[in-house]
Amino acid sequence: MNWLTNFIRPKIRSIVEQQKDVPENLWQKCPSCEGMLFHRDIKESLNVCYHCGHHMRISVEERLEVMFDDGKYTKVAAPKVPHDPLKFKDRKKYSDRLRDTRAKTGQEDAIRIAKGTIGGCPVVIAAFDFAFMGGSMGAAVGEGIVKAAEIAVKEKAAFITVPCSGGARMQEGAISLMQMPRTTIAVNRVQNAGLPYIVLLTDPTTGGVSASFAMLGDIHIAEPGCMIGFAGKRVIQETIREELPEGFQTAEYCLEHGMIDMVVPRDELNATLSRILNIIFNKKIKVKKGDNNSKKSGGNDKKVVSGKPSGVKAELTQKTTADKAVKNAPANTNADARQKTATKTAARTSAKK
Amino acid sequence: MSKLDFEKPILELEAKINELHNVSSDDSLNITEEIDRMTAKVDRLLKQTYNKLTAQQKVLVARHEDRPHFKDYASQIITDFTPLAGERCFGEDQALLGGLGRFRGQSCVIMGHEKGQTTEERIKHNFGMARPEGYRKAQRLLKMAEQYQIPVITLVDTAGAYPGVGAEERGQAEAIAKSIETCLNVKVPIVSVIIGEGGSGGAIAIATADKVFMLEHSIYSVISPEGCASILWRSASHAGDAAEALRLTAQDMKELKLIDGIISEPLGGAHRKREETIDLVADTIENAFAKLMPWNTDKILKDRQEKYLAMGRAA
Repeated sequence: MNWLTNFIRPKIRSIVEQQKDVPENLWQKCPSCEGMLFHRDIKESLNVCYHCGHHMRISVEERLEVMFDDGKYTKVAAPKVPHDPLKFKDRKKYSDRLRDTRAKTGQEDAIRIAKGTIGGCPVVIAAFDFAFMGGSMGAAVGEGIVKAAEIAVKEKAAFITVPCSGGARMQEGAISLMQMPRTTIAVNRVQNAGLPYIVLLTDPTTGGVSASFAMLGDIHIAEPGCMIGFAGKRVIQETIREELPEGFQTAEYCLEHGMIDMVVPRDELNATLSRILNIIFNKKIKVKKGDNNSKKSGGNDKKVVSGKPSGVKAELTQKTTADKAVKNAPANTNADARQKTATKTAARTSAKK
Repeated sequence: MSKLDFEKPILELEAKINELHNVSSDDSLNITEEIDRMTAKVDRLLKQTYNKLTAQQKVLVARHEDRPHFKDYASQIITDFTPLAGERCFGEDQALLGGLGRFRGQSCVIMGHEKGQTTEERIKHNFGMARPEGYRKAQRLLKMAEQYQIPVITLVDTAGAYPGVGAEERGQAEAIAKSIETCLNVKVPIVSVIIGEGGSGGAIAIATADKVFMLEHSIYSVISPEGCASILWRSASHAGDAAEALRLTAQDMKELKLIDGIISEPLGGAHRKREETIDLVADTIENAFAKLMPWNTDKILKDRQEKYLAMGRAA
């Protein structure tokens, strides 16, 4: 009770109380430019500030929707592993922490496996859930990545990991450390099967996660402004006792230092991945008039028929390296996304390799 | 020489014995008896202390500066040791040394972290904290071993990979990841021994091996107990609790089935009997190689990968 509630007249009070009914969090502040963001608009812009383009975190479910064609995907249950093998206890028991986090999030652990298509190509995604203990990697997360990679190999799909993690899960001690070689084996198996392994680095990707599968992709894509590095900023600062350079460990900084291939805004993710996967899977595409890709068949708005080699096909058949793929790919090569036969052909081709 | 607090009574006794040795030039019987009595007491105390070291005490023993380091091992157990330098693009990292040599007659590649003994050396070796160049040199040496079809020995002793601006700029994470990947795919036997500190990613980068052993009082952890305490307890003063909770001792690691074996240290720890320790490590490596050789390329890779895939899974 303060003087205002005491002395306020009933009529006015009713107005004050009415205001209480208005739901909170209608507006939020952009952490980068401090611009006000309306909840409906920010949802529509995929949690990207529409004033300055700052990419805020999105839930793993929204992330998967953004990435897959038409936002559609099939969830795959992550395998179960023994809980709390160390019987770890800090100020709180790890088993209690796990139980509370599971109750709060309704999730088993920090990894989500999903299947679907991107640009019509078969894709398996293993995405981290930052809301679950900071996306930290323990045995469950490692096992999830191993399983997801196995599915990709079995179904001849591309494998994409989406790290969003501070690193290893301390509460699982050296077991979490061993997830580094485990996840490395998993992604190697995808690569050895001749299938693409792409990493979408998001904020943050650090520690044991960045120092294993997340830095072993055929192609590395990062979200604007996201933090990528091995050691945390605080640790580095305490070690060197100097100011860190501006923009240190951001996606743009990593691009400049050759650690990633490209920085792609959230709303262009599906299109970019579609383009890359279609090149890699060597899908037959519709050549449009005036398309800079149609060197020989230029001017003919026709579909490249499989089996009849043409200039375009020859060009696409070349085993393109990651860099080439990115550079050569025209932005508007909109693949005939739902051409299922082509997908099958591509899958067969990759199976032969 | 650094002193461990819990060794204080032992060190005091040892000092007294030394004094008596100096006095005993008269060669009187009484003093010899006294020395024998005190030496027996030292042994008893050492046994008592070292049989029930706490996790935190093990951390201190593992970091003891008098423990044998990579260079001590290389000079004692490797003949014709030929250090090789550089990763052929940026620089030579003295925190991670390696080269060619012969281990008990067998040609091999040996590499490991070097912490350095004196202050000058420690600075030169960056306290055993490798930069990306170190891990890239390790990859180079691993591939060399494969090319020549000779086995690899790695000795692990690091607080972790170096956290610095330059290291980040040059891709510390990628260097470690690639190093793990190379270890997993090299078609020759790899035997790894944690000789002191096995610090997180910086350690596993070269400790992904067919057989991994730990010295009795060495540690292997995902994070330093101090770092863990400052995050989870919000105070580094809880490092002892963290060391306990992390289960970082050799005995814990064996129980969790994350390593293949423990190498016993001489009474009172490796820092008391350096040469004896090194020989014990060498014996273990020789035994491991004897079991791994001759090797079948496909099988050795498969076994190595299956071993790691099983870790953390339900038994």
